[in-house]
Parts: sequence; C-alpha cells; structure tokens
Amino acid sequence: MPTNDPVKGAGKIDTPALVKALRQFLPNAAVITETEALRPYECDGLSAYRQIPWAVVLPETVEQVCQVMSLCHHWQIPVVARGAATGLSGGALPLADGLLLSLAKFNRILNIDPIARTARVEPGVRNLAISQAANPYGLYYAPDPSSQIACTIGGNVAENSGGVHCLKYGLTVHNVLELKVVTPDGHLTTIGGPALDSPGYDLLAIMNGSEGMLGILVEVLVKLLPCPERAQVLLAAFDDVERAAAAVGEIIAAGIIPAGLEMMDGLAVRAAEDFVHAGYPTEAAAILLCEIDGTNEEVSDHIRRARDLLLKKGATEVRTAQDDDERIRFWKGRKSAFPAVGRLAPDYYCMDGTVPRKRLPEVLTRIGALSREYDLPVANVFHAGDGNLHPLILYDANRPGELRRAEDFGADILELCVRVGGTITGEHGVGHEKIHQMCVQFSAAELEQFHRVKAAFDPSLLLNPGKAIPQPKHCAEYRTLARDTLVPPGERSKAAG
Amino acid sequence: MNSGQDLSTELREHVLQAAAEDKRLELLGGGTKRFYGHPTTGVPLEISGHRGVVTYEPKELVMTVRAGTPLAWVEQALASEGQMLPFEPPHLGDRATVGGTLACGISGPRRPFTGAVRDFVLGARIINGRGDILRFGGEVMKNVAGYDTARLMAGSLGTLGVVLDVSFKVLPLPERELTLSRECSQPQALAEMNRLAGRPLPLSGACYDGRRLHIRLSGSSLAVAAGKNHIGGDEGHSQQLWQDLRELSLPFFNSPQPLWRLSVPASAPPLECTDKQFLDWGGAQRWLVSQAPPESIRTMVEKLGGHATLFRGGTRNQRIFHPLSQPLMILHQRLKQAFDPKGLFNSGRLFPEL
Repeated sequence: MPTNDPVKGAGKIDTPALVKALRQFLPNAAVITETEALRPYECDGLSAYRQIPWAVVLPETVEQVCQVMSLCHHWQIPVVARGAATGLSGGALPLADGLLLSLAKFNRILNIDPIARTARVEPGVRNLAISQAANPYGLYYAPDPSSQIACTIGGNVAENSGGVHCLKYGLTVHNVLELKVVTPDGHLTTIGGPALDSPGYDLLAIMNGSEGMLGILVEVLVKLLPCPERAQVLLAAFDDVERAAAAVGEIIAAGIIPAGLEMMDGLAVRAAEDFVHAGYPTEAAAILLCEIDGTNEEVSDHIRRARDLLLKKGATEVRTAQDDDERIRFWKGRKSAFPAVGRLAPDYYCMDGTVPRKRLPEVLTRIGALSREYDLPVANVFHAGDGNLHPLILYDANRPGELRRAEDFGADILELCVRVGGTITGEHGVGHEKIHQMCVQFSAAELEQFHRVKAAFDPSLLLNPGKAIPQPKHCAEYRTLARDTLVPPGERSKAAG
Repeated sequence: MNSGQDLSTELREHVLQAAAEDKRLELLGGGTKRFYGHPTTGVPLEISGHRGVVTYEPKELVMTVRAGTPLAWVEQALASEGQMLPFEPPHLGDRATVGGTLACGISGPRRPFTGAVRDFVLGARIINGRGDILRFGGEVMKNVAGYDTARLMAGSLGTLGVVLDVSFKVLPLPERELTLSRECSQPQALAEMNRLAGRPLPLSGACYDGRRLHIRLSGSSLAVAAGKNHIGGDEGHSQQLWQDLRELSLPFFNSPQPLWRLSVPASAPPLECTDKQFLDWGGAQRWLVSQAPPESIRTMVEKLGGHATLFRGGTRNQRIFHPLSQPLMILHQRLKQAFDPKGLFNSGRLFPEL
C-alpha cells in the first residue's frame, strides 16, 4: 500500500521455501497459495476494496498460530488476521506480500460458567452463538452488532464492536474480561483475567478496537448478563426527520436509558418494509425504535412514559409491539436494513460516524444537502441513542466515476462528524477505508503517539501494516493536496498489487 | 461551577523544563491517595490549580472536566441535574480530584453492576513525556478511531502522562435505593451474591461484613420493589453503610495491620485464610487485614484466578501490586517508554521497573 511503506513482504523471499516451512507444522490443506483458492479471501465486508493475499493459512491450534507468527517474524512477513470478514472498513483487507491468517477453525465454545457468568470461547465463535449457548442459563452476551449471526467474537474484539444495545450495556470493551494473545514474535500471553481487574496498565482497553494491529487473539473470556425479565419495544413514526432526532435527547433527558434507541429514515423504512415486511409505517419520514428492558412493572412504567413523551415531541403515531413476535419483527426490519437498502441500488457504501446527540438534527439536514450535491441517494439507519450514524450511500460502481463520488460524499460526512465534535468511526473501525480521515481527526503528534503504542506491541510492525493509523507524512500530503489529486482509496489496492 | 482555570500551557512548560533538565516529577492532585502504590521521588507537579468543568450537558450524559477539579464539585454539579458518576469513586479525603480518581482507577461498591472508572472514560487530553498535548477519544458514546488511549490512563497512576482533562459518561441517579440485610455465613453469602447477580435484578451493591449480607437495589421504584419481593430480608437504613464502604471508613478498615485488596472472580470459594475479611463487589473484591507473608497471600489469590494489592499499610518498599509475567512486564516497559521516554512521570509508583 503506498501510504505506509511496506518494506517487508513475502515477495522478497522464496515462496516454495516458505510454503515448505509452513507445511512443516500445518496440514497441506491449511496452506493455500493457488490464486483461485485465494480469491474468497480477497476482501472483507467492504468489498469495494480487494486484494488477493500472497497466501492464506488456516491453523487449528494455538501452538500452530504461535509457529506461524514465529516463522513470519523470522522471515519478516506481514500478517493480516481474519475472522468472518464481516468488517465494514477493510480492516481484514489482505496484503499482496503478506500472509492472511484465518481464525475460522477456532470455532469452539470452551466453557459457559453460569455461576461466574462468563463464557470462554475461541475467537472464531460467532457472536450470536455465545448468547444461544448461554440462553439455557438465563444469560446472554450483550454487544449485538447487526451482523451478529455471522460475525465472530475475535473480530468484535478487534473492532470493539457495538450494536443496538450498547447505550445501556456497553461495547465489546465493557464486556471482555480476558484475552489470550499470540504476540507478533510467536509467544502466547494472557491479558486480563477472570477477576474484574488486573494489575498494571489496562491493556484490555488498548486491545479492544486495535484492529488486528497488536496481537493475534486465540481465546476470549466474556461476561454474560442475566436476560432481562421483559423487553418491550415502541415504534414511533414522525413526519419530519429532525423532529425524530430531537425526540431522542428528550427520552434520555427524562432519565430513561433505553436498551436500544434506533432511528431509520423514510428511505430505509420503505426498503426494510419491502424486504422483511416488518409492519413499518411506510409513509413516515422517520421512525424511532425504542426498546425498554427490565423488570415487568418497570418496563410497563417506562413504556408509558416514553410513549407520552414521543407523542408530545411530535410523533404522528406510537405503536407498542403487541407480543414477542411483533417485537422481533420490528427489530428484524432494523437488523436487515443494510441488505434491504442494498436492494435499492447495485452498490451501497455504509458510513459510521458518531456525533453528539444534540447535533443529530443539523447533521441529518447537512447529509441531505450533500446527497443532492453529489446526486447520490442516501438512506439513514442509526443508533440514535449513541449518536452513531450509518448513512448508506447508494451508487452504481459500473457507472464511471460513481464509486469515486460515493467515496467523496462519504469523506464529507465523516469530516462533518469531526467538525461537530464527533468521530469518523463509532464501531466499524478505520481499517483501510478511513485512513485519510484519521488525518482530519488527529494531529501529527497524536498519530505519532499511536505509532509508538503500536511499536510497543509489535516492534517489527508486522501485524496488519498500513491499516488504522496513517503515517503523519501521508497526512501532511492529504492536508495540503486536494482530495482529487490523491490516489482514490478504491484504486489503492490495485496500485499496491 | 464553571469558575476554574486552564493551566494547560503552564503544565506543559513544567513538563518541557523537566525533560530538558532530566528532572523527575511527582504528579500531585489533592494528595488524598498519595499512599497508594509505591512511593515515588520527584518534584511535585501540582495539578489542582487546573480546574473547572469544561462542558456538561445533562442530555448528552457527558461531562468534561479538568483534572484538578475537586471530585466533590463534580458530584455536586451532577447531582443538581439528577445525575452521577456511576462508578462511585472513593474520595478518601476532602481534596480528592478528578485526575487522581482517574489515575488511581479505584471504583466503589457499584462497580460490578454498572462498571469501573475505565468503563466511563470517553476521552482525555494529556501531556506526554515529550511535552505534546494530545487528545484521545472525545465526548461521544462510541469512538473507535485510533487506540483507546484515553481509557489506558485509568489506573496508570500518572505514569504515562499528565492528564489535563477527561470526559466521562454519566448516568441518571436512581429514582430509589434500598438495602436488604440478613445474617449468614460467608459461604452462604458468596453463594447468594452469585445467585442474585445471575438474575435480572436492579442490583447496585452486594457486600458481606463477616456477619451480615447486604444487598443494595437501585432503579425505578417499581423495579426496586419487585427486587425486594424477590430477595427478602430486613430493609435497613443503610445509605451510610455504602458510603462508609466506598470511603473505606468502616471500623474494619481501621486496623493498623496491612490492608490487602484481593481481586478475584466473584464465584471464587472462600479464601483459605482465617484473617479478617470484608467482601464487596458481590464477592469479586475481598478486603483482607493480614500480617501473613505477602508471598503466601499472592499464591492463595493466584490459585483463585485473581491478584492481590497491598492497598494500605505494611512496608511500602515491598511489592505493592501483583507481579506481572515477564512478557507483560516487557510490554509495560515499552508502553511507558512510548509515552514517557525519559521516565519523568511518577517514576516507580506503579512498578519499580517503570
């Protein structure tokens, strides 16, 4: 990748020798080098960026991961770790000169401890599978990204994933107790532990959200929470997007912390309704989904109060899910919103900025204006309670210049988020995609500090090089040159190959 | 309340000067937790003048405050809007500051149920050992741009940088709180605390004083009432109990003997030890007053999957915090180096090696 000085790589060494070395401890089928077999690994959930890796390895044991890392350290070969590759920022985008380390075979739940309320799992275990395994004990794993059917806990830790329930129950970083990590030079180490804290620096804080840059996860101990006695959801329709956004702050101000507080604009509502028949009011300009959980009586009380408040703040209609089926249907519409919107155009580009809640109305207005300027439709689906926006920009990659226009539109949205006191990414990570916008959010000194943290964990800079943190000199270019004169991110992987 | 002063520039100059002269600094807030950790040498760098609430908007559930601000100010400002710092930090004296609260990373009885200091850190501005003023995180609920360096400051005992200001997520004060108590043995208390923590109840405290189990419920009146019906026991007048436990001012903590803080899984069995104990955090934090050799205490706790801190008393030139494995110590040294290459800040306070 041109932005981050790849001085190392498998291209500098003898491929047959390296494959032979890997096959000393890995089965033949666990080392993939044929182009056709590598193709499924060329991208993650952000498929606009693709790169065939030099090779893929699929270890099955911790010992093998240690050996892979030790070998790569010895030969100075960069490594990109990959879980289910549902990530939306190109964080698992392979390197032409690097090894892709798939943790797909680490898919066992090792232990559910109902007394300690923890689950010990391998990194390739799917997010939802943890809650399913804990369910017989009346427990669940709280963070629930929309991709929870497919995404893995290892990827969740790498991205510090959120979900619709994180306003009340926190992000991945709030729900992980311990990580077993293979260091870039191939040693197994443990960060955190089964107690609530550990001596020394809070390395769990740094590992969560580190985008595969600091170590390879091989085991995760997560907290489980008791399933609430009852959960109930309200659907409020608005004939004005800004009014819906303003109502969000009012609920919080009333002292109610909803388990989930989500918003969809009219385009997203209609797409979701067509797709899964959630029963949404398709004439609405926006809807809010507000889930309250807790004890039976408490839920009834909060639902009543939230309902009154939403009506007072201009909702044209407020519906309470009549039963669990309807509640699940309401959520199904929200959770399928990305693919539903995806049906409206050949391609879509999902953004992930966060803004202070009070700035939501103006940010939505500005996004609407940008949509007209760029002549690209945008659907808004987001975690309103957290101020975490997911504008979905619709485009057609086959039309010349449209991908580029979508990327510029996206970049404008992210820079807008920073300008109003927010961030370029709430939960999807920087990855490959938002490397330019990091230059907008952070100063050169701040970026240098990130690089020094990286080097403390990975002195040879072998893990996922080129992602997440731009080089300050690259930012200097980005700030002085207009965006037009830079290699567009969409063509960077091709340029690097 | 916003009357304060911004000494960022002055503090930065002190750091640059110390770096130029290779002079060590002891970062000092109100000095209420100066006993905690290893003694450190260095010229005191007073932070307490750098004070004031920078932004506080109750609807956003976020407060940004300068490090030298008295913790009492902050709690008062929050309470006047019906909100609180959800981690119930101990003051341990009138002069406790926000910066010291963050640096020490000590959380009160509510910790297992709502979270620790680190869980509520949204952002921070710091001065590193190069004299750079750096801002990490922010004032929004979700932010994964860059490493979570702001959260790393919690519990780092001022060894990585001078924290200038910090943004905390805050929460509404519970509508109602009540405490239920009953007599039982320690094994019964542990079993009950773990059983209740696995139930959907509005718990906000669970401790055992050696004779009685105390359970605090917080939340809406309806939820608290439902919880009370589920749990049973005597309703006490125990706001004071939780306050005294938070401030470590119960008679248990008055002993002249060394006070150990043991952090173990809540479900760990009773300690193999007859010394006086006080169980907090639903069993996950066990206070121990003991003259036993530190090695025996550490070995006992390690077997349970936890770690031991010589919290107060004893000789302070022995190991205070649980020793790290060698790879972790190397990582700590490299991180220290990454933020503070000349070792200016609170040298040796967390570990003699740092």
